[in-house]
Amino acid sequence: MASQQELQVQQKREVEKKKETTVSWRTYLPVTDIFETDQALNVVLEMPGVGKDAVDVSVEDDVLTIDGRIDYSKYEGLQPVYTEYNVGHYARSFQLSSKIEQGNIHAELKDGVMTLVLPKVEKAKPRKIKIN
Amino acid sequence: MMTFDDPFEALFAIQRALDSRRASDWMGSSTTGVGSFPPINIFQRGDDFVAMVELPGVDKNDLEIEAKENTIRISGRKTIRYDEGASVHRRERVWGGFDRTIQVPIQIDPDCVTAEFQDGMLALFIPRAESDKPRTINIK
Repeated sequence: MASQQELQVQQKREVEKKKETTVSWRTYLPVTDIFETDQALNVVLEMPGVGKDAVDVSVEDDVLTIDGRIDYSKYEGLQPVYTEYNVGHYARSFQLSSKIEQGNIHAELKDGVMTLVLPKVEKAKPRKIKIN
Repeated sequence: MMTFDDPFEALFAIQRALDSRRASDWMGSSTTGVGSFPPINIFQRGDDFVAMVELPGVDKNDLEIEAKENTIRISGRKTIRYDEGASVHRRERVWGGFDRTIQVPIQIDPDCVTAEFQDGMLALFIPRAESDKPRTINIK
């Protein structure tokens, strides 16, 4: 059973930016699962430390963009003594292949995991063809 | 010393500080090495310590924390559910059971360790034991 696999830490990958930012902080790619059902495209992103009010999701020109900001004020006054991972904001974009009903995107954030349900437009849904 | 006057500089300062500490030998060889799940950062604040653990997608009820002497054990299970009949385009998330024990090189008071879990981040507040705090010796 796959659920018995040993969990490994996944190294965070940095976002490769098309444009450079003026400040040289780093932004990381959230680890993502994408799966499709007949009705919708589901995108699940892991963004530990990102709260509900700190996420932006948008779809423009068939590109889905997710931006998540961590609350780094929590690190105020803390001196690192032992570290295994870096912290930073999260950002990721996906080119969508199916047509999405942009007004009906449903987003949920729980325990640092963002679940997006992007319903397909009617004509993009699979149709059963009846054979006469 | 990190300062947070400039919000743009603040994040950069954390990242720089975290990077420069990668080769820290604070834990010595007393803990399971880097690469074990979940990843842990440990910070000092005054006399006390704060451990920040990334556990996205883990339910609070599936998480168990035990403290004994100077060891802290974090164990639990992360589960992922896909909708039935879904075709998976991209699978990057991992799931399964985990069990990690960290041994801190200070005397702690296991009864005083507290934990907070929010937005997939576990924060463990580890107070140094009173007996371990440095004392000023008065010269008679």
